[in-house]
Amino acid sequence: MESTNRTMVSEAAPQRAETSVMLPIQRLLWQLKSITNGLWPRGRGKDSVSQVQRTPAQSQGNPWFIAGFVLVLFLLIWHVSTLRPTFDSRGLNEDQLQMMEFNGDIVRLPDGSYAWNPEKEKVKGIPGPLAVVEKAREELAEAFVKKGTNDHGIAYLVLYTVSRFAGGFLAASVIAIMLGVILGLNKVLFRAANPFIQIMKPISPLAWMPLLLYTVKDPKWTAMLVVFMAAIWPTLATTAFGVSSLKKEYLHVAAILQLSWFKRLFKVILPGAAPTIVNGLRISFGSALVAVVPAEMLLGELGVGYLSWIEWNNLDIAGVIFAILVVGVVGVILDSGFNKLAGLVTYQE
Amino acid sequence: MSFLQIDHVTKYFPNPSGEGQVCIFRDATIKIDKGEFVTCIGHSGCGKSTLLNIIAGLETPTEGGIILNGREASGPGLDRMVVFQNFALMPWMTVFENIAVAVRSAYPDWGRDQVIAHVNKYIALVGLRGAEDKRPVALSGGMKQRVGLARAFSIEPKVLLLDEPFAQIDALTRGVIQEELIQMWNTSRNTVFMVTHDVDEAILLSDRILLMTNGPEARIAEMVHVSVPRPRSRETIIEHPHYYKIRNHIIHFLVRHAKHGNSDGTIPGQGVNGDTPVVVNFEDNSLVTH
Repeated sequence: MESTNRTMVSEAAPQRAETSVMLPIQRLLWQLKSITNGLWPRGRGKDSVSQVQRTPAQSQGNPWFIAGFVLVLFLLIWHVSTLRPTFDSRGLNEDQLQMMEFNGDIVRLPDGSYAWNPEKEKVKGIPGPLAVVEKAREELAEAFVKKGTNDHGIAYLVLYTVSRFAGGFLAASVIAIMLGVILGLNKVLFRAANPFIQIMKPISPLAWMPLLLYTVKDPKWTAMLVVFMAAIWPTLATTAFGVSSLKKEYLHVAAILQLSWFKRLFKVILPGAAPTIVNGLRISFGSALVAVVPAEMLLGELGVGYLSWIEWNNLDIAGVIFAILVVGVVGVILDSGFNKLAGLVTYQE
Repeated sequence: MSFLQIDHVTKYFPNPSGEGQVCIFRDATIKIDKGEFVTCIGHSGCGKSTLLNIIAGLETPTEGGIILNGREASGPGLDRMVVFQNFALMPWMTVFENIAVAVRSAYPDWGRDQVIAHVNKYIALVGLRGAEDKRPVALSGGMKQRVGLARAFSIEPKVLLLDEPFAQIDALTRGVIQEELIQMWNTSRNTVFMVTHDVDEAILLSDRILLMTNGPEARIAEMVHVSVPRPRSRETIIEHPHYYKIRNHIIHFLVRHAKHGNSDGTIPGQGVNGDTPVVVNFEDNSLVTH
């Protein structure tokens, strides 16, 4: 079924030229159909195969086009569902209006008419996309401004979070890889240490926070240590596994060639175990990224996680949404950087 | 005194079922002269690869030892280089780096240019010029083993240990590489100990062939002299009158042991109960063949 589909697609490929001259609206319809087709459960037998033959555009859909379409659709729904009616003063007398203005529900505009108080609007329901864009523009305009001890621009907040993350993650990775190599080369030690690793691994790094805060007495270091605790166990476990399952021949060659322990480590053991180690680092990376945001929230350390919480305290929901988006963007950038680095050290066998 | 002496080597492995130990082979004694090419043939599980690893120092013998050039050789060293069955090339290094890492550790005093020249010489020798910067994943099995051979020859070891080096290479390429190996060995004249399943390969390459009985408690039962003069080539060797005599003798031995491989390796009429293997030499007309 799967393979027949594929051959159909490749046979149909020359028809691509025809589809490109289709009207945009037609294309949109094809794309829509391909989305719904994708949602459909598989295995409609011969019927779906013949369909693929007839409508090549279905499986040749540009993923970016689909993603863009979904995004626009989402924004549209978001916008429409958060639209609020403009203030209508008809049916209200002057006293009622004054009372409402006194309560802060409405404001009087320079032209004498009334409108809903924008400050109060912010906490009524979910803000629309335009409000978030407006908030983002404000924040980005003063990205590099430090207004006070706890009011730093978004660029600073990102910098704090990234450096906190990088410090904890790098320290954890170095220690985890070193310990992992030692455990991986010594089966007895590995088996002795494994129960501890298995117990520590599933503990949420945030569970350590009170103890860490009590011990180091400094929220700045505690936040970094939470990241450290989140990042150390997966890397440690996979490094030990990767080194212990390294092909014996590589170590034999290293032994015959009488390589120094330094060369043995950096030319044979680490590169050989690199693909496994990178997998562990990837898991560590994810859990450290997840841990850094709540750590900042709980500890009140300046950063993007803190931004989300402080905007909540300000009852600025658009700000909260903006902070969430910033966390997402920072995560994506860090992740793609990590993947680039990972690609450099892995090999094919 | 011979150059390489495997002296009463016995190897026990822990019994896989838990209790006690299993004797893999007992009392293996082999004397190999400098520049000699000796091959060991036996069924799977007779411990011939273990014996090779013991010579390489990658495994320790339970009893006995290895004497190389008058000294006991324990532990791995640059004087005994192995060519592995599965090539054992580092997949994260290029062809050049795989050989260079060996050359650098064998000749730590050499400068950069000297190392590069030496590595390139051996890459050219195995016909891999142009593939220097490829990684092993991009090479065929035959090319991989050419790199393995280049790496082994490049450090000019006293003893070259070949562990079923062509077992994973297709039959057509195998013949070509075997002749390349002869060429390289002709100029270097290392002492070689090879382990193989391939009777034709053994006859083509070796001066002497050791036949091992089946394990456990395998023994070296016979020592066959390959009485075919060098230089040899695959084309002409089969025309030599001794070729099929030797080949049939070895195959008879192997078949006999596959059928009723007595644990002590005794074969009726051969009287191989002693320590010393039976010497088979077809140049001696006194020997009665079967």
